[in-house]
Amino acid sequence: MKKTGAEIFVECLIKEKVDIMFGIPGGVLLPIFDKLYGSPVRLVLTRHEQGAAHMADGYARSTGKTGVCIATSGPGATNLVTGLATAYMDSIPVVAFTGQVATTLIGNDAFQEADTTGITRPVTKHNFLVRDVRELARTIKEAFHIASTGRPGPVLIDIPVDVQRAETEFVWPENLEIRSYKPNYKGHPVQIKRASEAIDASHKPVLYVGGGVVTSDASKEVIELAKKADIPVTTTLLAMGAFPPDSPLSLGMLGMHGTYWANHAMQNSDLIIAVGSRFDDRCTGKLAAFAPKAKVVHIDIDPTSISKNVKTDIPLVGDAKAILTELNKTVKKASHEKWIETIDGWKKKHPLLYKEDNKLRPQYVIETISELTKGEAIVVTEVGQHQMWSAQYYSAKLPRHFLSSGGLGTMGFGFPAAIGAKMANPGKLVIDIAGDGSFQMNIQELATAVLNEVNVKIVILNNKYLGMVRQWQEMFYGKRYSSTCLHRHEGCPPKCNEPGGKDCQIYIPDFVKVAEAYGALGMRVTDKKDVVPTLKKAFSVKKPVVMEFMVEQEENVLPMVPTGAALDEIITRLA
Amino acid sequence: MRHTISVLVENKFGVLARISTLFAARGFNIDSLAVGETEDPDVSRMTIIVKGDDRILEQVEKQLNKLVDVIKVVDFGQAQHVERDLALIKVKADKSNRSEIMQVTDIFRAKIIDVSADSIIIETTGDEEKIRALLAMLKPFGVKEMCRTGIIAMGRGGK
Repeated sequence: MKKTGAEIFVECLIKEKVDIMFGIPGGVLLPIFDKLYGSPVRLVLTRHEQGAAHMADGYARSTGKTGVCIATSGPGATNLVTGLATAYMDSIPVVAFTGQVATTLIGNDAFQEADTTGITRPVTKHNFLVRDVRELARTIKEAFHIASTGRPGPVLIDIPVDVQRAETEFVWPENLEIRSYKPNYKGHPVQIKRASEAIDASHKPVLYVGGGVVTSDASKEVIELAKKADIPVTTTLLAMGAFPPDSPLSLGMLGMHGTYWANHAMQNSDLIIAVGSRFDDRCTGKLAAFAPKAKVVHIDIDPTSISKNVKTDIPLVGDAKAILTELNKTVKKASHEKWIETIDGWKKKHPLLYKEDNKLRPQYVIETISELTKGEAIVVTEVGQHQMWSAQYYSAKLPRHFLSSGGLGTMGFGFPAAIGAKMANPGKLVIDIAGDGSFQMNIQELATAVLNEVNVKIVILNNKYLGMVRQWQEMFYGKRYSSTCLHRHEGCPPKCNEPGGKDCQIYIPDFVKVAEAYGALGMRVTDKKDVVPTLKKAFSVKKPVVMEFMVEQEENVLPMVPTGAALDEIITRLA
Repeated sequence: MRHTISVLVENKFGVLARISTLFAARGFNIDSLAVGETEDPDVSRMTIIVKGDDRILEQVEKQLNKLVDVIKVVDFGQAQHVERDLALIKVKADKSNRSEIMQVTDIFRAKIIDVSADSIIIETTGDEEKIRALLAMLKPFGVKEMCRTGIIAMGRGGK
């Protein structure tokens, strides 16, 4: 029996076990949305396509399954771009569908036409324009396969409206063979042997673990290797939760706002075992001065990651879990007491610190969330100071429980991603830790959360600034707060660099009122002693909650490795 | 170092754009690029001339391989291979110097494919060096236009 493209689309989603997708309809998507009406695939109507892309991303990050979003042609598709780029930089499996003008109109500057595959080419792992309905089913199968295998990433399928209406026999390809796409999962045995010997010979090893460990579900294997060979472990932002933070071998995060001892461990190490991490500039600091004495073993499924930034001595291309399983068989049991003692010395010298006084400090709020949730909630962050404080003070205990836009650094990611994560994990507490700047970038999704009863808890650490940029202005630009004050208005003096003056009285927006306007619960905290009761109340209420914590405005994220400095040139306090 | 890279790709819509986007986004420089069908109509071959150090070339090769539509990448490097480029060169010529130009053309085993009262079009095939040498000889007459196909390459022997 013949089926239309739109019917085939829905059939394919069912075959791919898609239970939920996020998106917004539009003119050229009418045939598809008509078939979604009453179908078993749940469509969550978002308020902006960027929100839809981040929700699919949050769904994927929290489950490991592929997230799905859909947007119409032209502006719908261009609105997806930030979300796709975010997922691409962090290797998150997402399949995005876009409607396109009819094939006969493509290239004619038709209404709501954009060259979607052209625009999204650099921010997707792959993309397709389906020009013939007979190719639709196979393309969808290929897209899900490409998105979720190898180094995962977003894949986009652009479907013209006439293809959605055209009819053909529906054939679901059970087997898929793409001759030009064959990711390598198994590590090379000779290289595994070399890596194993290097680990045995090392006196100062460090495991530098990234998002690839989460993707590959290799937490258990990392823990086993660390314990067996007594190797301290530092994680990147994307791997928070992949190694137990309470383990004596845990060094916390490394890099620009990493711990003093993780950075010193890297710099003084004689062997760095990088697993699913990519030596990103925020992790390495000044490349020329990076870990001068270390040999590098690099385990990664993507060959382009190897020797891209840091020269690798022993490359191991393949799946982290498969390779670590082999390594764990051959690596000798070892003890590096002296090395760990040295690291503990650094830790004692410069522990993570903030001023513990009566003031409402952002770090305190995060630390309290960590204690109240025992590090078992799913914490999603936006981007900026609160994100770094979350990495420092929230002790995520499980992989896929700390979700953050690491590569692209997308403000506005957290809230929609939290909605996606909560919908995928309805039984779990999901918290979006946000800044007042970031939250406003996708604040409209409050409607999506309230109407779909997605009870995420939003913690706004409101310092009334674009805090991270303000911090850099304070440290490196002579405290010239150029366009970082979110309360700046017509009546302000031209060169204001002090918070709290009489000109700062205008308060926009009132987040509590915004929450209420959307039907969520809003709460404001100005006093440190109200932090615990407010959080407890928020976690118990069966409603989306927006909490606004009026924190110290000029608090800084420390320690910090300034741009262009080596990891051991880390600033632990400001003069 | 100059490298000749041969890339086998799926003969699909948009593949050339994928490759050129990759080079632009990663800041790799293309000296020359030639694209055409192979013995298998589903497969195209792109011959790309790239300059860069070993680290850049390693990235170029890996990044190309990472593209879903790329089937195979070969960097000829120092390996035995032949390279050819075809050039059409339009030279100013009148009856005073036409025969001299024809002599130069002969020496280079090039061909004259068009003659008019004030110009000649010469067709030549060869590697880069030969084309450069011919061009140098023709310059004094006045080169009005030149166009080239870009270098194509093939490994020697049975492989």
